[in-house]
Amino acid sequence: MLSFIIRRIALMVPTLLGVAVLTFFLLRVVPGDVVEVKLRSDGASVTQATVQAERVRLGLDRPLVNQFGSWMGGLVTGDLGTSMWTGRPVSQEIGVRLSLTLQVAVMAAIIAVVIAVPLGTLSALFRDTWLDYAVRIFTIAGLAVPSFWLGMLIVLSLLTVFHWSPPVTYTPFWRDPVQNMSQLIWPALAVGYRYAAVVARMVRSSVLEVLREDYIRTARAKGVWESHVVVRHAMRNAMLPAVTVVGLEFAFLIGGLVVTEQVFNLNGIGRLFVEAVTRSDFVLVQALIMFLALVFVVTNLVVDLLYGVLDPRVRPGA
Amino acid sequence: MSATIAGLARSGPGAFGRFARGAGRFARQQPLGTLGLLVILLMAAAALGADLVSPYDPEAADFAAMLAPPSPDHILGTDSFGRDILTRLLFGARTALTIGLASSFLGCAAGGLLGLTAAYWGGRVDMLLQQLVDIILAFPIIVLALVVVALVGRNTVAGIDLNLIAAIAVPIVPRAERVIRAAALGVRAMPYIDAARAGGYGDGYIILRHMAPNVMAPFLVLLSAYVAQAILLEASLSFLGLGVTEPKPAWGLMLSGDSANFYQEAPWMILFPGLAISLAVFAFNLFGDSLRDWLDPKFRT
Repeated sequence: MLSFIIRRIALMVPTLLGVAVLTFFLLRVVPGDVVEVKLRSDGASVTQATVQAERVRLGLDRPLVNQFGSWMGGLVTGDLGTSMWTGRPVSQEIGVRLSLTLQVAVMAAIIAVVIAVPLGTLSALFRDTWLDYAVRIFTIAGLAVPSFWLGMLIVLSLLTVFHWSPPVTYTPFWRDPVQNMSQLIWPALAVGYRYAAVVARMVRSSVLEVLREDYIRTARAKGVWESHVVVRHAMRNAMLPAVTVVGLEFAFLIGGLVVTEQVFNLNGIGRLFVEAVTRSDFVLVQALIMFLALVFVVTNLVVDLLYGVLDPRVRPGA
Repeated sequence: MSATIAGLARSGPGAFGRFARGAGRFARQQPLGTLGLLVILLMAAAALGADLVSPYDPEAADFAAMLAPPSPDHILGTDSFGRDILTRLLFGARTALTIGLASSFLGCAAGGLLGLTAAYWGGRVDMLLQQLVDIILAFPIIVLALVVVALVGRNTVAGIDLNLIAAIAVPIVPRAERVIRAAALGVRAMPYIDAARAGGYGDGYIILRHMAPNVMAPFLVLLSAYVAQAILLEASLSFLGLGVTEPKPAWGLMLSGDSANFYQEAPWMILFPGLAISLAVFAFNLFGDSLRDWLDPKFRT
């Protein structure tokens, strides 16, 4: 088991390295950099000398390969560099926003699983009845409704009914868990709906597939209670594809928060990313992309390990 | 779709009857997909006839009619510049469909060609390409589109931002490549490909004339599914202020900026553009799903 995990972690390295190379050089093939954006935004006229001095200060005058080398060296030693815009360490910029985004993402994932697994299963069990149609309409709509618009609708209705508007600053979980949850549940719902829809569709089709298996017929034939057949025999086997989707979508959920965080005034990773991109703050952009890629490969690893837990056939070493 | 129609035009009068019979069968077997198709056609008609239907200018401000609620004059109300919402929705359909169709086609065509090439050559070419695709797939769709759009800037030709189309197409490419490659691997194993090679035909000719037509079914399904994604993506980018910009009418843009300041005074400003986005994405998803079921009964569950 341990050697399997180590091998899997070793396999993550080439992917992450590929992302790093691709990101670094793509960000730099186009003309224009943070110095121009930053100095122009001040409105003052800038001399060529000032631009050049700022470039030297940020190390932008060095050959690309050198810059890449020192970035890589920093990554390995845990130094993500300094934001070219604010001058603060990137790790600090990300650190203060990370918990907020991660919390919303985890809450959305929980909401999604709690809604999707029973809905998808019921929809499969009662195939082609009004219940199935209702669930399918609910899930197809979930794929179509943009989460930022759903967020706006939530804000609008909260505003109309409770006179509640998104707070300027969010209460940290450790200071007041109840208040914190009551603030973050809304963005989590807004992004969780689509997530739930995707997972429910997968659960439905995978339960339908499993129900056709011989062992389900056998279990029913030998008189196993129907609830037992559904929960122990069908659902357990149908969960594998569902787990994959939950994992894959989780990595993309953080990407989806890029837009929805704006609606709720959330100062999270997504908003930081949009700011970094519009300011051409490449050091911050590449660090955030590496972070997202890391989330992606780690969730993939977790999914693979969960496979082993859920299905003895794919348990490594078995 | 247009390729099919062009093909029909060439193959003479009998073909139209075949097409009509096929369409009739699709309508009977896939009622939901037909509904999606009808919505799409309706939207296309609205987009094309926006000038004829609406008496208002989609871009000119009218400060006498700011934030007017829905009324016979302005059926869906007006925005903070006094522009008619319905008019902007109709012209916005033009933006959404143009960018959605163009970027989905561009992404699927580029991804499809790469997938065909990878499947045809196999070996090291295939392996390298798959590794690259795996790396790009680690980027969430919107993140990739955002980076590209910010990097390449704007390049507006005839009122359409070509770079925006390219930016939305980029994340579609590796995803289309995956699907088309998988389908093309089966085609590559067919004896007629080896026969064509033995016959001395060029690689490009074999890929385009012998392999491409045989992956048309997954290609069309991908195309319609990614139109939905592209419309969502365009709306998201415009909402963030990185897509279509004022005063051009676009659904995502109508939800951004000002509209959030008027939640309570003018809820119609945020209600209808979002409905338009949802309906469009819904229609393309519905049509794409049905097309998949119809073209390949194996997928049916």
